[in-house]
Amino acid sequence: MPDPRPRVALFVTCLVDLYRPTVGFAAIRLLEQAGCEVVVPAGQTCCGQPAFNSGDRRTAQDLARRVVDAFLPYDYTVAPSGSCAGMLARHFPSLFEDDPTYRGKAERLAAKTHELISFLHDVRGMRQVQAAYRGIVTYHDSCSGLREMGVKAQPRALLAGVSGLSLVEMSEPETCCGFGGTFCVKYPEISIRMVSDKAKDIAATGADTLLAGDMGCLLNMAGRLKREGSAVQVRHVAEVLAGMADKVPPIGAGQE
Amino acid sequence: MVHLTSPAFKANAARALADAGLQRALARSKPQFQAKRAKAAAGLPEFEALRDVARDIKNHTLAHLDFYLEEYAAKVEAAGGKVHWCATAEEARAAVLAICRAAGARTVTKGKSMISEEIGINDHLEAHGITPIETDLGEYILQLRREPPSHIIGPAFHLNREDWEKSFRESHTELPPEREFRERRDILTEARTLLRRKFLAADVGITGANFLIAETGSSVIVTNEGNGDLTQTLPRVHIVLASIEKVVPTLEDACVFLRLLARSATGQDFSVYTTFSTGVRREADPDGPHEYHVVLLDNGRSNMVGTPFQDMLRCIRCSACMNHCPVYQAVGGHAYGWVYPGPMGSVLTPTLVGVEKAGHLPNASTFCGKCESVCPVKIPLPKLMRHWREREFERHLTPPTTRYGLRLWAWFAQRPALYRLAAGLAMGLLGRLGRRRGAFRFLPFASGWTRGRDLPAPEGPTFLAAYAKQRREGTR
Repeated sequence: MPDPRPRVALFVTCLVDLYRPTVGFAAIRLLEQAGCEVVVPAGQTCCGQPAFNSGDRRTAQDLARRVVDAFLPYDYTVAPSGSCAGMLARHFPSLFEDDPTYRGKAERLAAKTHELISFLHDVRGMRQVQAAYRGIVTYHDSCSGLREMGVKAQPRALLAGVSGLSLVEMSEPETCCGFGGTFCVKYPEISIRMVSDKAKDIAATGADTLLAGDMGCLLNMAGRLKREGSAVQVRHVAEVLAGMADKVPPIGAGQE
Repeated sequence: MVHLTSPAFKANAARALADAGLQRALARSKPQFQAKRAKAAAGLPEFEALRDVARDIKNHTLAHLDFYLEEYAAKVEAAGGKVHWCATAEEARAAVLAICRAAGARTVTKGKSMISEEIGINDHLEAHGITPIETDLGEYILQLRREPPSHIIGPAFHLNREDWEKSFRESHTELPPEREFRERRDILTEARTLLRRKFLAADVGITGANFLIAETGSSVIVTNEGNGDLTQTLPRVHIVLASIEKVVPTLEDACVFLRLLARSATGQDFSVYTTFSTGVRREADPDGPHEYHVVLLDNGRSNMVGTPFQDMLRCIRCSACMNHCPVYQAVGGHAYGWVYPGPMGSVLTPTLVGVEKAGHLPNASTFCGKCESVCPVKIPLPKLMRHWREREFERHLTPPTTRYGLRLWAWFAQRPALYRLAAGLAMGLLGRLGRRRGAFRFLPFASGWTRGRDLPAPEGPTFLAAYAKQRREGTR
């Protein structure tokens, strides 16, 4: 019997915190709809992935310790990002090979860390959302969510229940958009080429809305679509599932 | 040896992105490889389970590498062959040259071999008056064009049909210039006719090996053209060029890999030719070489044993990682600047030429993880690339802008109160500045981003600030 009202710590993620607060509030609404008590631990900044993927292991360890200490007391840790959830769930333990105390703690945290949409669907058994969205959407499978956290069917299953929404697939929804954290500014030509290919694939679907579950990819794809003058609206999937798409303009869209 | 241009990866990549012919060739190969591999894997119910078995066989072999290599060498010698243990590329070149000289060789036919690229044997033989002739069709045209391969199993995948025709006309001047190349087969027929004479005239045949079998002392090659068989069967002397991690314990083990290799590589269930060679021709054999030499190369690989990079020694050179890599698909193999391209090259090249020269390669990855997801021996390629980044960071090889940027970011990220303050100010400002248009076309310090895409503007106040405000006001 699962805990009737688990205490879920929301790992907001730095990009949602800085760029798209609405996603954080959408996550809270969805988690509460799924019967959870949501806590937002203070003092959270970043999962440390920029340091980890740049080879700065010590900084990554330091940030990881802070996250472990802040989030371990709760029943679950949930992030509206497959990438950050993947960092906690798949990589934190490997940072503490020489530190048995934190190794154990990191493993315990890893075991109860989830990406938001898969948590709602797989752990909380959510099958229906209370949301409406008029539009044809296409969904990009962000790499870490897909390959580290197994996020694939869950967002599609929940989107199917949004009234007014229909989903069309890209020809390559699982191909990387070219964001890759610091990759996008270290190798801009390659990154821009990759996101241009992605924009073509998105355009070919005829969808009017692009959804995904990771802010990094979304900023990248929205930025490219905007540069190309595309009218495709870009949003985090949680905004739509929580019925909050009317609360904020699409990513990269202005008020003019 | 292939000229090393890995330090110029960025310039190589920019050139590749602007090369229309290359882009056409890459666009053609991508759907071909990926769809075929997916279909082949789906068609074999135990494919996923075999990947685990294959990984475990390699791990076991690498844990007892000395034992299996000695067993293998003993079996080779028992079958009348000779093993030449070579610690370096230089030793391997010398060994091959000595064998060719002892055989009085003037021409040497060659099957496809990445080790031959790694040690640069063609240049070495030519410098000593011996003519090497590549017989794999792709390698053959690259030899005509004096280009290195850009892919492991499709070395000339960067070329289009008009490139083939042009090179053939320029090189085969003895053939009538008015001949026509209407289809792929015409190219094939011309190469086949010319190569047939070379096969018959060659004094020595050099092949690589996909596997070396300790139990029997056999070398295994797989090809689709049959050129490897003619290379190793017709000449008096057969040289197998192989690196130490090619050894597997038994014939049965080799069969596990054969079931994975072609499916992962080309999406075939099996390659057209799979040939096992054991020692020299015996009395009753209708054909086969009179001398059978194995030039067994280490070239730094034994140093990888016992390190995190040991996992890389499981690689069976199938090319699935590069066939599925979006970075490889964008820039092609030559941009990587050495013998081994794509994700496997981004891990292996730094071990073989030094991370100070090949440092770009493990960085030029989004860590999308597709390579690892298709690797038949489950090499954790992104993790190993990250290990290289860690070594670079430790050795201060990471570019200063990255280091300072990281240090500044880390300083704030480790001080949540200051981070909140700075983030609140910055996002508030950006949010106000970008509100009308919703995105920035240009921002100072963000030119890498804004060169080809806008930077979306933030909503304004950060989540944590807005959340704290709601809590204070009792609305949450």
